[in-house]
Amino acid sequence: MSIWEYANPVKFIRTTDRILPWVSVAAVLCLVTGLVWGYFFTPDDYRQGATVKIIYLHVPSALMAINAWIMMLVASLIWIIRRHHVSALAARAAAPVGATFTIIALATGALWGQPMWGTWWAWDPRLTSFLILFLFYLGYMALWSAIENDDTAADLTSILCLVGSVFALLSRYAVLFWNQGLHQGASLSMDKEENVADVFWYPLLVCIAGFVLLFVALVFLRTQTEIRARRSRALLAREGRT
Amino acid sequence: MNLTVRDLAVARGGVPVLEALSFTLAPGRALVLRGPNGSGKTTLLRTIAGLQPAFEGEIEGAGERIAYAAHSDGLKSMLSVTENLRFWAQVFAQTDIEPALDAFDLRGLEERMAGTLSAGQKRRLGLARLMVTGRPVWVLDEPTVSLDTASVARFAEAVRRHLAEGGSALLATHIDLGLGEAQVLDVTPFKAAPRVSLEDEAFL
Amino acid sequence: MIALLLRDLRLAVRAGGGFGLGLAFFLIVTVLIPFGVGPETGLLSRIAPGILWIGALLACLLSLDRIFALDWEDGSLDLLATAPLPMEGIVTIKALAHWITTGLPLVLAAPALGVLLSLPPSGYLWVLVSLALGTPALSVIGTFGAALTVGLKRGGLLLSILVLPLYVPTLIFGAEVARRGAEGLAVQTPLLMLAGISFGTLALLPFASAAVLRINLR
Repeated sequence: MSIWEYANPVKFIRTTDRILPWVSVAAVLCLVTGLVWGYFFTPDDYRQGATVKIIYLHVPSALMAINAWIMMLVASLIWIIRRHHVSALAARAAAPVGATFTIIALATGALWGQPMWGTWWAWDPRLTSFLILFLFYLGYMALWSAIENDDTAADLTSILCLVGSVFALLSRYAVLFWNQGLHQGASLSMDKEENVADVFWYPLLVCIAGFVLLFVALVFLRTQTEIRARRSRALLAREGRT
Repeated sequence: MNLTVRDLAVARGGVPVLEALSFTLAPGRALVLRGPNGSGKTTLLRTIAGLQPAFEGEIEGAGERIAYAAHSDGLKSMLSVTENLRFWAQVFAQTDIEPALDAFDLRGLEERMAGTLSAGQKRRLGLARLMVTGRPVWVLDEPTVSLDTASVARFAEAVRRHLAEGGSALLATHIDLGLGEAQVLDVTPFKAAPRVSLEDEAFL
Repeated sequence: MIALLLRDLRLAVRAGGGFGLGLAFFLIVTVLIPFGVGPETGLLSRIAPGILWIGALLACLLSLDRIFALDWEDGSLDLLATAPLPMEGIVTIKALAHWITTGLPLVLAAPALGVLLSLPPSGYLWVLVSLALGTPALSVIGTFGAALTVGLKRGGLLLSILVLPLYVPTLIFGAEVARRGAEGLAVQTPLLMLAGISFGTLALLPFASAAVLRINLR
């Protein structure tokens, strides 16, 4: 059995219908556990005080903002190469979710930055990169909604996503070059020495898992909706009513 | 070389409009397409010209052999008649625009800006463009729109000369050009049954 | 292909303002900025390189939708697509024509406008160099955006939303070259990056533009 079987829309809906409740429940469980654990059962940071706790929203959403774009890039590539409709629709479904994560990351960053750096916003490379990423999401969604023909829209947005990814990467390096920033180094890395303390680290992991599951659940749900909308148009076309 | 179409289906906006269409157009021959508005003649011609992919079936002997003329003539109103023609001649790597000027009676208008021409004169210029492409298969979509009787006769004469030189022509037109040798193909019987594309079928 | 370039240039000259419009817009933006930020010479001379870059970028953006729209409306784009020219060649020529009619005049006008903004003397050369190197990238990227939105009603605003994020790297490195040049710092790194972006987009982006144009024509 090949993984491409799930590219059949009907099969996709059937499978995700079975998985979706579990993923949703797991997402809620992880988020509640992680956030409660993080907010109420971890000590305040000795330098940052209680403000550090926004990390449980900020880091996972920032992570998912980028991963959502990468998922869209992979889905676009699959559409261009193998022309599976589910893939194109999944990319379309992921865009608003990714854009929302980007806004959450920016907003929580601003809330965190105010007490820490004394400013809501700074033209720091990381912040700027996320703002640019948000602009890319906007353009991508605007193009999807501007084109009437589904397949044409899928083709054009896929190419925009490919080209956009290259330019987003370029922008990242350009911004790094343009301004060395205030932002602390990565909160997570494989190097244990560099990491946040274990006591913050475990609830954070749970939160990240929750955000990943939330993203998967939302993308499944939205892709189902897109598939059903497309299906209703196909039914109308079959009856010659287009 | 023939233009051969086998089991062709063409789609407009993803929905098939004509299907199971087969014909062969030999050098020196003309084929006139008929059918009511919206029957898919324009879509068929665009597909044969290579502007959109065939929905099903095969087209042979098209591609770089096609000279296509649609409803709009692709004229630049700020360029003169000769500049317009010479541009297309250069694009198609031809040099001589004089026969085209003669055939469509554009003498005396050479230096006029295309924007100042009447609708019929513009159409004649648009059709003259076919002669500077040097391509053997003319694919024409309603070529006689806004032409007067004399111009229609002149156009028929140009088509006849093109056929005599071994070219061929595929026309969608409603008026009788007096091309006695032309075959007529009514596309109405080939109207596609309401159905969805293979891709849409996956959604059902 | 040369014929296409010559035709586009001739049309730009005849249509009255093909050359002039972008330039006039550039001038107006440059004149408006001091009204907005105040006439203090020190401040103006410090932000002059950035203003010149932003002004050039906006002037360039303004004329992007004309790259394909006119040819689309009168049917010449269909006819060009059936002509023996590769689509990649057509979009490259279109970008080149756009650069000659819009980018090049901006580059040449920038030093004159620099005077208005009290650009430091050391900056003139680098503003000129950075714009000369960067504006071709703006035209090529803009052609991609124009190809994406050809045939869309009210595509102009969408075009700006699509193209502006793509302009970020070019703007950052271009303005950085101009700024560092004006302040007498070393410009080598951003200059190389700017050149890299220009030549990279010029080499690769026409393929993407041709692909989206083919999709839009079908």
